[in-house]
Amino acid sequence: MKKVIVLLLLAVTGYYLVISFMDLGKYGPVVETGVKDFYLEKTVSELHVANTITSIIVSFRGFDTLGEVTVLFLAATALGGILYKRRHDVGGRSVLFPSSSIVKSGSKLLFPAIILLGAYVFIHGHLSPGGGFQGGAIIATGFLLMLLAYDNFSVSHNVLSFIESFAGIFFVLFGLAGMMMGGTFLENFMPVGKLNDLFSGGIIPIIYILVGLKVAAELTGLIYTVLHEKEN
Amino acid sequence: MENELFEILRYGIFAGSISLILIGLYAALTKRSLLKIIIGLSIVDGGIHLLLITIGYVKNGTAPIFSPGYEDAAAIMVDPVPQALVLTAIVIGFAVTAVALSLIIRLYRHHHTLEIDEIKNLKW
Repeated sequence: MKKVIVLLLLAVTGYYLVISFMDLGKYGPVVETGVKDFYLEKTVSELHVANTITSIIVSFRGFDTLGEVTVLFLAATALGGILYKRRHDVGGRSVLFPSSSIVKSGSKLLFPAIILLGAYVFIHGHLSPGGGFQGGAIIATGFLLMLLAYDNFSVSHNVLSFIESFAGIFFVLFGLAGMMMGGTFLENFMPVGKLNDLFSGGIIPIIYILVGLKVAAELTGLIYTVLHEKEN
Repeated sequence: MENELFEILRYGIFAGSISLILIGLYAALTKRSLLKIIIGLSIVDGGIHLLLITIGYVKNGTAPIFSPGYEDAAAIMVDPVPQALVLTAIVIGFAVTAVALSLIIRLYRHHHTLEIDEIKNLKW
């Protein structure tokens, strides 16, 4: 009975979704607000950044990204608070069976390469697809691999929170520096350089590297907390 | 021919993302296990992201990145705004899933079950 009601409800929802979305974009761009052209033009002419999405995330909507990073930080904090344990309960995590030596040496071999790829992705965030969030997630997967392969692999929470606070504080400081230079919050006050150079875009690559470090530290801490959650 | 193929693909992606949303909602509404409800909500997330990205597509467009050789290609670039918003939405969706999962771990610690029928405090 309940399933029938749910199916009817979903059929109505689906019908309205279909009739409202099916014809969108059929005759060219969906909405001609000029926002797209504005971003595409200003990205090249003012910021000299190749990746338009990076310029939107870090520069045009930089304040929003600060909020987003804060949400991620709050989620990590909430997770730590919800899964809080007294200190004497914290030990190694329980594993069903130890991983084989193939898995161990394989992860040891892959780990530096994954970290390098993650760093590459967030350092080149203004030139190629990718950026701080993606690179940070890649680095966290490297740590996840090591944590799964070695049951005694441990990450220092002090180092993680140091990196996290360092990146967060410098994000805000760079924003405030823009205000000091006589502009707005997160104003691009450094020389923007040439399009498609590694050192271009002013503060955009710096902020994206900080975001990458912050996301990597937060996700690693999150994985570590959940993995060391013992059943009791 | 090329036009027809494009239309079919476009409708296919729209239909796919809308069905993802509906499948996720179905799972979230009917399943009794908390883990399955979270999985359903994640599927809804994925469907919405796909739908938003598809709306921003321009026919024969390229990625909105001015890499060497594409410096003057602004006219055929897809809309960057939905992509930037979806990047934000993915991160927020991840944070929400992480917090939900930690709450589930906490519930499991207390009740030793994940079935919402057996957790009396969740009855409605």
